[in-house]
Amino acid sequence: MADYLLRLAPELILIIGGVLLLLAAAWRGERGVDMVTLLSVAVLALAGVSLLGPASTGGDSFGGLHQADAFAAFCKVGIYVAAAVCILIAPRFFRRAGGTMQPEYPVLILFSCVGMGMMVSAGDLLTLYVGLELQSLAAYVLASFLRRDLRSAEAGLKYFVLGALASGIMLYGVSLLYGFTGTTLFDGIAAAFAESIETTGQPSLGQVFGLVFVLAGVLFKISAVPFHMWTPDVYEGAPTPVTTVFATAQKFAAMALLVRVSAEALGPGLEQWRQIIVFVALASIILGAVAAIGQSNIKRLLAYSSINNVGFALLGLAAGTAEGLAAVISYMAIYIVMTLGSFLCVLQMRDSEGRPVETIASLAGLSRTRPGLAAAMAVFMFSLAGIPPLFGFWGKFLVFDALIGVGYWELAAIGIALSVIGAYYYLKIVKTIYFDEPAPGYAPSDSRLEGGLIAAAAVLLSPLGYLLIPALALASGQAAAALF
Amino acid sequence: MNQLGFPILSVMLLVPLVAAVACVYSAAANARRIALGATLIDLLLGIVLWATFDQAGQAERWQFVEYQPLFGRFAWALGIDGIALMLIMLSVFLMPICIGASWRAIERRVPEYMALFLLVEVLMIGTFAAQDLFLFYIFFEAGLIPMYLIIGIWGGTRRIYASYKFFLYTLLGSVLMLIAMLWMARYAGTTSIPALMETDFPVEAQTWLWIAFFASFAVKVPMWPVHTWLPDAHVEAPTAGSVILAGVLLKLGGYGFIRFSLPMFPEASQQLIWVILALSMVAVVYTSLVALVQADMKKLIAYSSVAHMAIVMVGLFAFNQQGLEGAMIVMLSHGLVSGALFLCVGVIYDRLHTREIARYGGLASVMPRYAILFLLFTMATIGLPGTSGFVGEFLSLMGVYQVNSFATLICTTGIILGAAYSLYLYRRVVFGVADKPDVLKMEDLSRREIALLAPIAAVVLWLGIYPESFIAPMRADVAALTQRIDRARPVGDAQVAAAAPGAVQEQVGGPQDAHGAEAH
Repeated sequence: MADYLLRLAPELILIIGGVLLLLAAAWRGERGVDMVTLLSVAVLALAGVSLLGPASTGGDSFGGLHQADAFAAFCKVGIYVAAAVCILIAPRFFRRAGGTMQPEYPVLILFSCVGMGMMVSAGDLLTLYVGLELQSLAAYVLASFLRRDLRSAEAGLKYFVLGALASGIMLYGVSLLYGFTGTTLFDGIAAAFAESIETTGQPSLGQVFGLVFVLAGVLFKISAVPFHMWTPDVYEGAPTPVTTVFATAQKFAAMALLVRVSAEALGPGLEQWRQIIVFVALASIILGAVAAIGQSNIKRLLAYSSINNVGFALLGLAAGTAEGLAAVISYMAIYIVMTLGSFLCVLQMRDSEGRPVETIASLAGLSRTRPGLAAAMAVFMFSLAGIPPLFGFWGKFLVFDALIGVGYWELAAIGIALSVIGAYYYLKIVKTIYFDEPAPGYAPSDSRLEGGLIAAAAVLLSPLGYLLIPALALASGQAAAALF
Repeated sequence: MNQLGFPILSVMLLVPLVAAVACVYSAAANARRIALGATLIDLLLGIVLWATFDQAGQAERWQFVEYQPLFGRFAWALGIDGIALMLIMLSVFLMPICIGASWRAIERRVPEYMALFLLVEVLMIGTFAAQDLFLFYIFFEAGLIPMYLIIGIWGGTRRIYASYKFFLYTLLGSVLMLIAMLWMARYAGTTSIPALMETDFPVEAQTWLWIAFFASFAVKVPMWPVHTWLPDAHVEAPTAGSVILAGVLLKLGGYGFIRFSLPMFPEASQQLIWVILALSMVAVVYTSLVALVQADMKKLIAYSSVAHMAIVMVGLFAFNQQGLEGAMIVMLSHGLVSGALFLCVGVIYDRLHTREIARYGGLASVMPRYAILFLLFTMATIGLPGTSGFVGEFLSLMGVYQVNSFATLICTTGIILGAAYSLYLYRRVVFGVADKPDVLKMEDLSRREIALLAPIAAVVLWLGIYPESFIAPMRADVAALTQRIDRARPVGDAQVAAAAPGAVQEQVGGPQDAHGAEAH
């Protein structure tokens, strides 16, 4: 019994911590914000530390419903780090936006993290669904957290309606898979697919339908084209720290979920889902790049950038090998750092009276008013574009290398040529920052913490980041190996 | 380690890098001094490098080798041969001159400017010294970022258009090369460039790989018809930016062909030689004619660069010692001469703030010293014997004559056209009557400007009169390269053979005949 507890330690710590902090929040009200914020980061840290034990190597629990393996541990580290940053940056933002911050914000993120943890540890379609819903429910509330703000409320509603639709589609797929394989366990589904392929040469039609619907549901969560419509609106409307959660932790968790489902449950159906992933990947890259060009709001632009980047990560999944899956999670890990950095910079965009500004035009001439911030922003943009020597290049490198490894060099050539379109709008931001005449300057930075986090992200993405390659390769390699 | 006992190449990379960081945190005056100091230290290190480089061909082919497997998938592997040495020398020689040229001309955001230039130097040296495929790619691509910022921040009126064009054009070319590199690293199981140079790739794969590398290097060289970024980038870049673009960055393309395309894909190079020859022939004639009608001095020199680089290309694909050595010398010579011409334009631009040729005239009477130096560089760009241009162009064309006499004929017209546009430019700017009042007020070269141009003039003459100093370090490496690609050497079209008068001579021959032809 104790084994179970240790394997589930991160989730248990988050749940108990979350409930206790919820009580604290209820008792102390808004006076307790700072305490709850710090304690929730501490809870996340504790959950992260617990990954050192059997939580990362223990194996299956509850008859395969929950898997504690290296893959789950790798993803959880990324999720917890991103969530912690999103909690830390929130109080100042909400104070500026609405006067106060409710202490429920960090608690909701903790619950969302429990859901994300279950998603990446799922060994069964139902665990997967419960995790996904727990994560989503918290996210719907978070999106509309500034409830008096019209845009935030609209973002929450849109996200909820479309998210519910996607959940429905996915649940339908789950029921189809259950109907045509007789189980909801990933291993059982894989075995049924393999059996069907062995006897008839391909999965049965019902299985393929199930596969398509399940993928559609997950692709919605990672906002891949053609399930991306909600992304720009929600990213723009949600409070910036919440958008940061969506773009980093949540995206990483959903991508990890997709990887796990594709590799473990649908692995034998590789030929079937590969076509879907290739199409979705290329469509995401193109749409993410082209649609971003015309944006004037930085958060919308970053939303399209996330669509674009998800497309590249999916190319690694299309390779279908352990190397490809390792490339996907490495890409997402690097992507989290780039996105956290970009959104931290967005948080710095405030006019002289401290109100948040989101237009790209307001960045004009930032290099003269705030050279440090401008340099960091340029690092993030070039890195998102995948230009060496910045570390964002490494993610793309791994993905394309994995594609070459399975002989898909045409796809790799098309994908990398399309990355040039994406480079254009990142360049546009750098141009605004460095080449244009200065716009009215932003308010000076009032937080050492945010400055420090931006600097840390910029250093990680600088060429110094390349020194992390061996460690990243080791961790992501072990994580991917756990799926096979 | 190496002959010197310390990792000199890493130090040459570290000095400008540290100086770049220091510049960012300094005031304008200090930033200038730091940048000049760092580039001069690198020049000194470069001279040490050249002096200790064993050019007798006795030692290893790759010298000053460093190897640290820092990055897991690829390594911090540096090392140079004679070809890389000469191009590194060109870079470190031009760098202090660029800093000097920007001393007064750049007044806005000096610390950032100096820092970016020092970064460019780091990346150029890194590209030439890299011995790991992916390390090379990172250095090669990274150069885009500082050049984008230099053109975009300190450029002229159309700087933003030019900076985008420069960045996206070259990026599109290079990304395909990355895919080819990934494939090669997998096929050969190594990322070491010397090892890959010895790898025989399957002939059918070579064609694709060659095209991918061609996409990248052809844009960098630049070859017609992907040269259009160059005039825009040159015209809008600040003077020193143009010097570095023409002087060194264009050489990255030529270097890429020497280092990758030829030794790694000899068969594909031979199959696709017609692409190189055809594009180069068009480039020589077309861009020379375009240069002839330019009203903007920098544009004229930019187009002339395209024509000169086309001669480099035909020399490289001559598959023989003369052609390759000639191509290298044209690269060095063009780096110096076009750099110097851009500086000459910069000198009068600083005084009159226009690059329009028609606004000048009669400078010979008001700026005699300037007129003399400008004349020397004009003659060098034409390729007058005694200047560097002659040695390189003559060798290149002689090399390619053994492969294709028609291409040689067309490319040689480039020299005549080159004389036409260069002399025409010189006549309009320097000769004639000095009747414009503001031209009459122009001052002759200052001491600083002479200090910038005189060293280049000296090296141009040195290269023209005694090219052996420059050819000697490369000789063994070029010989190794010709030996490597000998199996794919194209059959020359000039099969000279003794025969009885009137006898019908069969013109088809194998490589053996080509060897015979070389003797003539």
